[in-house]
Amino acid sequence: MTLHELSPLDVAIASALILINGAISIVLKLGLEKRLALAATRCIVQLALIGYVLEWIFRLERWDVILLLCLVMTVVAGISAVGRVERKLPGLYLNSIVSIFVSSWLVTVVTLLAILGYDSWRETPAQYVIPFLGVILGNTLNGVSLGMDRLGEHLTRRRGEVELLLSLGATRWEAARGPVRDSIRTGMIPMINSMMVVGIVSLPGIMTGQLLSGVAPAAAVRYQIVIMFIIAAGTALGTIGVILLSFERLFNHSHQFLHDEIGEKRK
Amino acid sequence: MTDTTHPPLLDARDLTRRDRAGQILLDRVSLQVSARERWAVTGDSGAGKTLLLRSLAWLDPCEGEVWWRGERIRTTNVPEFRAHVIYLAQAPAMIAGSVEDNLRLPFALKRHVDRAFHPDAIQRQLDRLGKRNGFLARRDSELSGGEKQIVAILRALQLDPGILLLDEATSALDPATERQVEGLVTEWLAASTGERAVVWVSHDEAQRRRVADRALHLHAGRVEGETA
Repeated sequence: MTLHELSPLDVAIASALILINGAISIVLKLGLEKRLALAATRCIVQLALIGYVLEWIFRLERWDVILLLCLVMTVVAGISAVGRVERKLPGLYLNSIVSIFVSSWLVTVVTLLAILGYDSWRETPAQYVIPFLGVILGNTLNGVSLGMDRLGEHLTRRRGEVELLLSLGATRWEAARGPVRDSIRTGMIPMINSMMVVGIVSLPGIMTGQLLSGVAPAAAVRYQIVIMFIIAAGTALGTIGVILLSFERLFNHSHQFLHDEIGEKRK
Repeated sequence: MTDTTHPPLLDARDLTRRDRAGQILLDRVSLQVSARERWAVTGDSGAGKTLLLRSLAWLDPCEGEVWWRGERIRTTNVPEFRAHVIYLAQAPAMIAGSVEDNLRLPFALKRHVDRAFHPDAIQRQLDRLGKRNGFLARRDSELSGGEKQIVAILRALQLDPGILLLDEATSALDPATERQVEGLVTEWLAASTGERAVVWVSHDEAQRRRVADRALHLHAGRVEGETA
């Protein structure tokens, strides 16, 4: 079985389906038409662009270019994670980028070298490096973003409790343990939930892609299991990383809670 | 000059606090609290009374030094210090749970793990304050402001602190209960071998006369004077 190639006309027909959404928005006065048009256009332009970039990179086969693209993807993921956080935390961007970088790259390298068995990452073809890193980044940024958001909110709402513990002789870690745990849980739960329903409710994109391109279901499933687990590992490490980095900025070594560093809620 | 053979219990030197814009909120305030002393900190709203009490407990970053029994407070000994010098806020925080959960809270901390919660002793004190059977089981959400203040004071007293920093800690109590709580603090102070002291912030002049022998007057973040 080979892949049924889609012509530009096929894509155009699919695009017409988005008009259904537009019609619903107009009839129900949802006011989403402009956003929908923008989103659909961005979807086409961004994917077309990345298609060209990937074709170019796959042909080029140069590790330094692959590395550069991976770095750009990582920094964009770090910045996007911050975009969804409602309260400003100290060192927000740096914490986000560092934790996403360390967790995603670590998990990607382990996957390529230990699981896929390449001798060095320089020998790994771009068609493996980029999709693996991409899928880990996409999920890790979600966990990082949810975790940071929760931490800011929790520490603001329950500042009194944290200070109470400190004033009774708690160490900074004892005082922050509750909010820290709660934030890490919040970051990790979507990933755990998606592992619960995978295969029953949803067929993940990568597995779908492999099935479409003719890979045997058993082989596609093995890939998907690996991917789910590496995504889970990346998300967990990234979330823990960003929460601990934020903790370090919000609680100094004198066991003082620097609550003034947490910003107001964005409007 | 500081007496090095008998240092004060708490010695705060030149405490200075600034806001984020660099504006001075507390300007080189010093205070020495010796054993058995009962201090009041007075001043108008915004004079810096709460900031001073929080700074004495080293709760916020500030310039200056705090010494406890002749030892300077640095990063390593802060939790130990705060287990002895306890700050009580005007609106005490409660954890979600019963009064008993709140009273047990400190014993989960490393600093107090060798101590035990004594429900009978607590109940005796609650009886004196008119909080009889069933109060320990009440939920935090059911407590009035005054009842929270009672829980907060008992929570601190059971830890046998060296100094209590009471920031309007009885402001929500009715006059009779307020006197009884003052009585508990006075008893705690008298029961020691002389190693305890208390600092009150209160807007109530009559209460200040009852609970304090010395007063530090603040105005716009500066010490305006001391009276004995």
